[in-house]
Amino acid sequence: MENTDTILRVENIHKSFGDLEVLKGVSFDVKKGETICFIGPSGTGKSTLLRCINLLTQPDQGSVWLGGEEVTNSGKQINHFRQRIGMVFQNFFLFDHLTAVRNVEIALIKVKGMKPKEAREKALEELRQVGMEDWAEHYPAELSGGQAQRVSIARALAMDPDVILFDEPTSALDPELTREVLEVMKKLALAGMTMIVVTHEMGFACSVANRIMFMEYGEIIEQGSPQELMSDAKFERCKNFIGQFDGVNGD
Amino acid sequence: MGFLTIIIEWFPYLIQGIFATLGLVASALFLGVVLGLPMAVGQVYGKRLVRFLIAIYVWFFRGLPILVLLFLFYFGIFPGLGMDVSAFFVGATVLGLRGAAYQSQIFRGAIQSVSEGQMIAARSVGMTKLQSIRNVILPQAVRVALPGWSNEYPNILTDSSICYAIGVMELMTRTSQIVSQTYVTMPIYLVCAGIFILLNYGGMRALHMIEMKIKIPGFGTGAA
Repeated sequence: MENTDTILRVENIHKSFGDLEVLKGVSFDVKKGETICFIGPSGTGKSTLLRCINLLTQPDQGSVWLGGEEVTNSGKQINHFRQRIGMVFQNFFLFDHLTAVRNVEIALIKVKGMKPKEAREKALEELRQVGMEDWAEHYPAELSGGQAQRVSIARALAMDPDVILFDEPTSALDPELTREVLEVMKKLALAGMTMIVVTHEMGFACSVANRIMFMEYGEIIEQGSPQELMSDAKFERCKNFIGQFDGVNGD
Repeated sequence: MGFLTIIIEWFPYLIQGIFATLGLVASALFLGVVLGLPMAVGQVYGKRLVRFLIAIYVWFFRGLPILVLLFLFYFGIFPGLGMDVSAFFVGATVLGLRGAAYQSQIFRGAIQSVSEGQMIAARSVGMTKLQSIRNVILPQAVRVALPGWSNEYPNILTDSSICYAIGVMELMTRTSQIVSQTYVTMPIYLVCAGIFILLNYGGMRALHMIEMKIKIPGFGTGAA
């Protein structure tokens, strides 16, 4: 069964910033085609964990394995691994001087060495996937947050990555724009893309995730399927956390 | 009526100085970019030693008056190296090396103004640091820098007249020669001033057009 293959393995990741230990030994596996959502209070290391996976942040200790190859300690090879680990950021980080389609194709040309014409076709195809093909010639400054985020998803998709990391992809968006981005992500998940998503969108986590990881104080405290999380008593801390949202959302 | 005929008579001689003046300015701007841009990159992304050496360079060329630099190179450094070079070559080199020091700081500021996320995103799709700088950071930084960089044109244009001191046959040198030949002062200097003003205006217009041409939504360059 191909579906049970472990594509990404994270082992005992530690990271400190100065005296502050942000990650205290985080380990987990991701199977091909799985969607994993990380939830938990702010400042518990979720985003740092994502950045340690593609070494945008260098972990102090621990290792990351992609399809059986070690990502950590890979030296210059890291640029090769990063092509296979897509990343989507809270603030999009589109290349501000490039149109939407150029944003998607630039890495295909400069990193993958694809011919410009071929890259353009692929870029337009990816923009179509996220419903942004009509905006191909627009600059990031001319896009709404939701549109920009969809372009950045297309940019990640274009590299044909083994896994995509989403770092709070909707936290900078209003509810309406959030929905259009979540719909794209849901479509991807259903199409079998392997995704690791740091999010505060409980609805999305519960309906799309295969597994939910609850993180606090630099550790994964509770983990399980959305169903387990809803019913099982062991997810007390996690339920409390989600309960706070219900309180705010009104009775 | 006398000075009008004199001006008409000497005008072709004066006009030739324009080529030398523009030659000096072009070399200075060219060297400024060719040396200044890599220096700016080195200062932002380079190792400690690189940053230190560039800082020394900038400190030296910004710290000395142009006249001192000109004499230093014309009478000292080039002869000392056994090089027999023209006054024009020395003038162009000094203005260029000095321009690079100033322009590197314009570019450095522009590079630092590009948000950190741009580099992070570039690295995340697998670009090397150098690829990220070349394909993502510099194209943005150059657009940010252009208005400030354009300001170097009038600076260097006016500065170039000091090459008179080592006898480069540019506008100012030729003007003085005409004055000493004809004993007509004010009208000749006014013609010289007029030419400088026209060169200044023309150059600024051209640079503004470039700014407009590479303008991109979201970048404040050349905004009204």
